[in-house]
Amino acid sequence: MRYRLHLEIRYSFGHVAAGGRQLLRVLPALVPGRQQVAQCRLATTPVPLEERRFRDFFGTEAIEIVLPGGLTDLLVEMTAEVARTEAVPAPDISAPPEAMAAELAAVASLAPDSPYHFLSPSPRVPEVPQIAQFAREAAAGAATLAEAVARLGQALNRTIAFDPRATEVDTPIAQAFRLRRGVCQDMAQIMISGLRSQGIPAAYVAGYLRTRPPPGRPRLVGADAMHAWVRAWCGHAAGWIDYDPTNACRVNGDHVEVGFGRDYGDVAPVTGSLRLEGGQSGSHSVDIAEI
Amino acid sequence: MANDTAENGPRPPRGYAPLAGVPDEMVAADGTVRPSWTRLAGLLATEGPQEIESRRARAEQYLRDSGVFYRQYGAGSSDERPWPLSPVPVLVDAADWETLIPGLVQRADLLEALMADLYGENRLVAQGHLPPGLVAANPEWLRPMVGIRPASGHFLHFLAFEIGRGPDGTWWVLADRTQAPSGAGYALENRVATSRAFSELYAEMNVHRLAGFFRDFRDSLLAPGRDGDGRVLLLTPGPLNETYYEHAYIARYMGLTLVQGEDLTVADGKLHLRTVAGPAPVDALWRRLDSGYADPVELDPASQIGTPGLVSALRAGGLVMINALGSGVLETRALMAFLPRLAPVLLGADLRLPNIATWWLGGAAERAAVLADPAARMLSPALATGLPFDNPAGAHLAQGQDATAGLARRLEAEGHALVAQEVVRLSTTPTLIDGRLEPRPMTLRVFLARVDGRWQAMPGGFARIGASRDPAAIAMQRGGSTADVWVLGGRPGDNVTLMPAATGTYRRAAERTLPARAADNLFWLGRYVERTETAVRILRAAHVRLAESGAAARPLLQAVEPLHGFYGIETSRGIPPGLLDTLAAAVATAGRVRDLFSTDAWSALADIARTARQMATRVTPGDDAARALSALLRKLAGVSGLVHENMYRSQGWRFLTIGRQQERAMGMAAILAILADPRLPAGALDMAVELGDSVMTHRRRFAVATGPATVIDLLGLDGDNPRSIRHQVDGLAEQIARLPAAEDRGRPRAPLRAIMRIQVDLATQTPEGLTSGELWSLRSRIAGLSDRLTEAYFS
Repeated sequence: MRYRLHLEIRYSFGHVAAGGRQLLRVLPALVPGRQQVAQCRLATTPVPLEERRFRDFFGTEAIEIVLPGGLTDLLVEMTAEVARTEAVPAPDISAPPEAMAAELAAVASLAPDSPYHFLSPSPRVPEVPQIAQFAREAAAGAATLAEAVARLGQALNRTIAFDPRATEVDTPIAQAFRLRRGVCQDMAQIMISGLRSQGIPAAYVAGYLRTRPPPGRPRLVGADAMHAWVRAWCGHAAGWIDYDPTNACRVNGDHVEVGFGRDYGDVAPVTGSLRLEGGQSGSHSVDIAEI
Repeated sequence: MANDTAENGPRPPRGYAPLAGVPDEMVAADGTVRPSWTRLAGLLATEGPQEIESRRARAEQYLRDSGVFYRQYGAGSSDERPWPLSPVPVLVDAADWETLIPGLVQRADLLEALMADLYGENRLVAQGHLPPGLVAANPEWLRPMVGIRPASGHFLHFLAFEIGRGPDGTWWVLADRTQAPSGAGYALENRVATSRAFSELYAEMNVHRLAGFFRDFRDSLLAPGRDGDGRVLLLTPGPLNETYYEHAYIARYMGLTLVQGEDLTVADGKLHLRTVAGPAPVDALWRRLDSGYADPVELDPASQIGTPGLVSALRAGGLVMINALGSGVLETRALMAFLPRLAPVLLGADLRLPNIATWWLGGAAERAAVLADPAARMLSPALATGLPFDNPAGAHLAQGQDATAGLARRLEAEGHALVAQEVVRLSTTPTLIDGRLEPRPMTLRVFLARVDGRWQAMPGGFARIGASRDPAAIAMQRGGSTADVWVLGGRPGDNVTLMPAATGTYRRAAERTLPARAADNLFWLGRYVERTETAVRILRAAHVRLAESGAAARPLLQAVEPLHGFYGIETSRGIPPGLLDTLAAAVATAGRVRDLFSTDAWSALADIARTARQMATRVTPGDDAARALSALLRKLAGVSGLVHENMYRSQGWRFLTIGRQQERAMGMAAILAILADPRLPAGALDMAVELGDSVMTHRRRFAVATGPATVIDLLGLDGDNPRSIRHQVDGLAEQIARLPAAEDRGRPRAPLRAIMRIQVDLATQTPEGLTSGELWSLRSRIAGLSDRLTEAYFS
């Protein structure tokens, strides 16, 4: 499947803001065998004083920009053409949950995809006893790690209502879990906390989601969204499995990946002094059209 | 009594008895004094409690005069505490030292190699020498730094090791300090204080001097290729940090510019210092800031004390960081379990100096070893980075059958997150307790610096001494003390100073450009000190009149109340809280620029604040207050003298002076605007002349009755009167003209333009024309200089 992807991030400041240094992580990733990218363009208004790109530890392409002072508005626009290979349903060859310790013991690596990065609490995914208990109950009786992942994802999807007004970007996962409400970021991070509590390495994946209109309705331009899901390590044979708790499904051809990390903080679309805080407003819109 | 049965060899001073089964630094196992200690022990044995007390007092006097303190944190508060020095030095003989140092140098090389691997190819994990989880879960392992090569070729440049002597008399490493080691400056202060206490011994015993170590490290930092124009900076978290005093001390001692994160900015991949003359490129940063706080963009986003883009500057290369960001990972306690095994892998040799026995409990064999003898082990988090004795979690393991069963379950479940360490029995050293010498456990902190690529040890160090006989009470935050370390066997007369060597052609170094924030603080320091002085004069004038005239003075005092309001003071109390507040602001501001401010001036200022606080508790209005205020005024004159007579006419002095002149001009304008009002009761003009410290001059110049015109002439317009507004304005114009870039292509910039206009207006003014309204307007124009200076120089 081929998509034309368009992203717009806008900030309006209530006052004249000082310039600053930002990191943008919004470019679709090149993932061999799964995702190809052609014609990727990014433009910032006003034009940055400096702009450079580098790959971060986990391999995500980060764009570092330095903005001039006297800002009242900021616009980041990105356009890309992405070819996404539809995932072929595969038999479950993942290890049984009790084999995780042995599976991990066979890994001696700190490469970006080493499961060890994703086992411990991270800044935005602390240990939360209530989530751990929920995860234990949801995954109980699973014969394989993949099944445990799916069970937890389904249970969270049933329990947590999608509600963009209930949480904000910095809402702690314990609070979102208590509210039983949140967006894809909350869902993914709660699920990661639950998986790690059960000893299953889990990463946060940031990207885009092509949404399909309800039957009989036209596709709405700009109604697609930035999205997040979970990548769980299910042993050596099965490797990493992507699961989307917001939609209670394995990740498929509708998901376009930007990058992964331990939690939102590692792959946030914008980091730096212009994060959404009081006294300013921001919005983003995503449009994914099949071509 | 041991010393009554003297056999061979000298005996320790009366009443000093080492603890059973614990080695003592001064007294050998056979009860005799060790050879290196005989002179010190002999001296202490012949002296009575009073003589020893006077030695202690000499050391304390020095520390008090220098204002040495550290910051202690309590529940929700922090205080400055006097530095806890035990005046009896720890003596280490040359042979002992010479066996110790190669072991530490080897360890430094091992840590460098480990760091290079952890931030490079991670072969140790891939080859199974290190468990991946220990690194991946470690918050001090900073992923953004992986793959960034250090510009100098080395990750580590300045290290400290906490070592202790075990029961068999050999040294053990208890902890590695790699993040941003503290204590080297305190070691210098301990040295000066201790050499005062034992000046005769210090002169005779060939103690290794410390200055050479600092000189060599500084010269290495300022190595060729760098022009030394303030480009090597010492980065501090700021005045609220526990060891800020030391940061300022080292900066002053070594001639480095002390900066905070906000002083720095990154542009085009290069780090710059914000100075009063614009951004200046930086070559090297010696950080005393923990890595995570250094850059909010790529490290901890919550950091308020970092520099956005610092990691980016490191990635671009060209900036030497001492030590590389992420070096805190080497302090991880669990690594001590692996270092003995890593040494052969990384260095091809065994560790020469052992470290405290440590077991990472992620392995079954290690868990079993700990369970076999739990009473001899301390348990703590595997990723802890504190010193063994600073960590309350480092508790002894519980004993007994039930406890052991519970422990086994705990280790099974959480072993990968725990380490066990041997409970060490540290050697003791003599320390003064209530005038008596007592043995107390001690550890040493030894410093290594990379000088021209090779490790060099500070020949001395910093001893921590426990508050009780329990080795766990060594932490200073829990009442322990510190002592100087004398390494013997130095060459006689080896008196190195930090003055430049007399080789080569002497060249006067260009003045380093002042950081903008430091200029801002010096300016405000000048203002607060002057404001304090004016407030003291106003208060004294009021209390003198209360004492002399009592109720008859009321109408005049009521009339000058607006002036009191200006300074936040009132006469119902001898020393009002508003005065203490202004003084506190002066001391706090001085505290932010301690590296630029003379030690004597700092001590004098802190002394005034202390005195004023004491006075406030007992001084009553009237005569009592007038006397107390006169005493404060004399002390303030002392501060001004120290600053203005002794401080080099640097940019820093200039900003301080501008602050003082601005405040004095504003003060005199307010005094005249209020007191030169003809409707005021009799005596108001005399009061104005008194506040302007110009009674004698006025009498001499105007042999007529005091009138508004004569007073305004003398205090407002007479440029020869150092208290007049005109004199301050002339001075401001002169100093502002000499600030960096005062003019832009021949045109005065805003601050100079503003003061020149004021100067012209004042020069053409007449006493009659300088009405109350004119004075208020003049005052607000002078006040506006602050904003002009801030825009041009402080931001």
